Amino acid sequence: MKQAGTSNGAGGKPEDKLVFAAKDLVVEYRTRRGPVQAVRGVTFDVHRGEAIALIGESGSGKSTLGLALLRLLTKSGVVREGSVVYYGRDGFEVDVLALGKEELRHFRWQECAMVFQSALNALNPVLRVWDQLYDTVRAHRPGAHRSDVRAQAVKLLQLVQLDPERVLLAYPHELSGGMRQRVSIAMSLLLDPQLIILDEPTTALDILTQRTIIDVLLNLRRELGFAMIFISHDLTIAAELADRVATMYAGRIVEFGDVRDIFYNPKHPYTVGLLEAVPPISGDLVALKSIPGNPPNLLALPDGCKFHPRCPYATAACSQEDPPLRPVGNGHSAACIHTDQVQLHRETVEVAP
Amino acid sequence: MSTPLIELDHVSQVFTTRRGPISAVDDVSLTIEAGQVLCLVGESGSGKTTTAKMIAGLRPPTSGQMRYNGQNISGLSSSQQGDFRRAVQIVHQDPYSSLNPIRTVFQTLAAPLLKHKIVRNKPAAVKRAQELLELVGLTPGANFLNTYPHQLSGGQRQRVSVARALTLNPRVIVADEAVSMVDVSLRVSILNMLLQLRDELGVTFLFITHDLAIAKYFAWSGNIGVMYLGRLVEYGRTPTVIAAPQHPYTRALLAAIPEPDPELTRAKGAMPLRSADLPSLLNLPPGCTFHPRCPLIEAGLCDAVAPTLVPVGEDQFSSCHVIARERTGHIATRDAALAAD
Repeated sequence: MKQAGTSNGAGGKPEDKLVFAAKDLVVEYRTRRGPVQAVRGVTFDVHRGEAIALIGESGSGKSTLGLALLRLLTKSGVVREGSVVYYGRDGFEVDVLALGKEELRHFRWQECAMVFQSALNALNPVLRVWDQLYDTVRAHRPGAHRSDVRAQAVKLLQLVQLDPERVLLAYPHELSGGMRQRVSIAMSLLLDPQLIILDEPTTALDILTQRTIIDVLLNLRRELGFAMIFISHDLTIAAELADRVATMYAGRIVEFGDVRDIFYNPKHPYTVGLLEAVPPISGDLVALKSIPGNPPNLLALPDGCKFHPRCPYATAACSQEDPPLRPVGNGHSAACIHTDQVQLHRETVEVAP
Repeated sequence: MSTPLIELDHVSQVFTTRRGPISAVDDVSLTIEAGQVLCLVGESGSGKTTTAKMIAGLRPPTSGQMRYNGQNISGLSSSQQGDFRRAVQIVHQDPYSSLNPIRTVFQTLAAPLLKHKIVRNKPAAVKRAQELLELVGLTPGANFLNTYPHQLSGGQRQRVSVARALTLNPRVIVADEAVSMVDVSLRVSILNMLLQLRDELGVTFLFITHDLAIAKYFAWSGNIGVMYLGRLVEYGRTPTVIAAPQHPYTRALLAAIPEPDPELTRAKGAMPLRSADLPSLLNLPPGCTFHPRCPLIEAGLCDAVAPTLVPVGEDQFSSCHVIARERTGHIATRDAALAAD
């Protein structure tokens, strides 16, 4: 149950095959007040079967990045620079940004699928679950046999811990939020993609439902071996599911590394700030600290390191240079010039109850 | 012990719907002492928001008694009603819909100040509004007076909501999921601001959340009540409930929460429930409403006899037959508890 994720844990091992690679990606939105860069030069890769978490607060660019990877940006969003390469099962390389309409349609679902935060909006309200699943398969594989589709749907629904007999005949509104989210996850896997991107898969769900989703994802990954990129503002989900974690701030990855390095030995002050703000449930009471100031205005980013106005480690040099990601350990990198000083402090609070 | 500030005595709230009556809150009794923090925790449909609305006086209970300072609220004279309504203020979950978009922050804060004659005139209202804004961490207050909600971030709006709740110098603030819509770091700064208000102004807090980790942090010096399908299933001092939960539902919740620590959270054994699905409030299971999901179920007992909150430890109450019998030798009903005395 809990071993999922250890297989590719170290990340970047040469024998691991890549499934996805983004390089120097820049995404811009046109707004009335001028162009805004929501993603400002992001480079990362995903290995087969690996789970990567993109964490950060609202406005960090993590959702935009997720959408850009599958070319799902709204009309006002454009990929300005960079490349996105997908590596197919038999070794073919796909330049995702160059795909035509028809190729893109094939690419989504069959190679990469996306699960959205609000499963109610992602499902068609006037179609029964079975009809949506069947339509999805037929759109991609016109010759698919009804009975094969049904067998696959039943298998996947069972894997996400739903009762197929009941769920297949149901309309989305007849299902709870957690059940809809599990239907979305099952649907994303229907055409056996190598990678799924999940945007806030557990946000707005109750704790026990969240737990079911986490367990379902762990199970599915062990069974089917796909890779995942999941986007979340909830660090505990990353601790639970990710092999590697990327922290995003103001449109950039500011720290990237093995999940254990990120949680036990964070080297970017922003990652430290996020970690110091999350309340643990077990153990004594820990003092929580917030990151001072507000998330940056993307229309008026500060000079130098974009985090420096909020950073407790900032020095004069930080307002001069915007540091690139630099290695700070094995497969671990951080974009900060003070990594040698940065340290996580968790203080236990002594209170007389 | 002095008179509790707020007491709920077998309070219920039944909604009539086309598909039949829904018991949103069922027979809840609890007390909140002045200056204390009480956190109600539960999933959606647990009745925590309905309880909060009753305590804030927004919705009279359909049965049972609510007392403020020892006095039955339904029997208050109209001037006492006014005192009660001023004394208990609510902060809603969504700062995007709870502030009037066409009023400036100053107008939002000045209206109650002037209406309830907390201040005499507009200059005094300006001064007080600034003080309130600074109290909630919007400094300098003067900069925010003429802003509209759309010019503020979610965190800033929520602070304005808190400032508005403070205009009438309340004794109790009911915060209904007040931090669940803001980012991790902002959430902490708002929680810390509320804790500071409690320390500086001695405000009593009823804090509603679905997040036990937040409840642990906010109510460490106070109490936690865990609600499930309209009933209070566990109640006690926060450190005890978190470290030694008794009711199987509380145990399941605590086991389900992921930790911000990869080794710890991956080693954590989840408590297997018999069903992942929440029963419908329209068709509640008989006996203990948790029995269809409960791993401790005893057929013939849990699906037949409804349990009530009984003491199961020092300052800790739980409504589970199996646990109560283990602790006290009696199942969790009032009769069994009385018979024991």
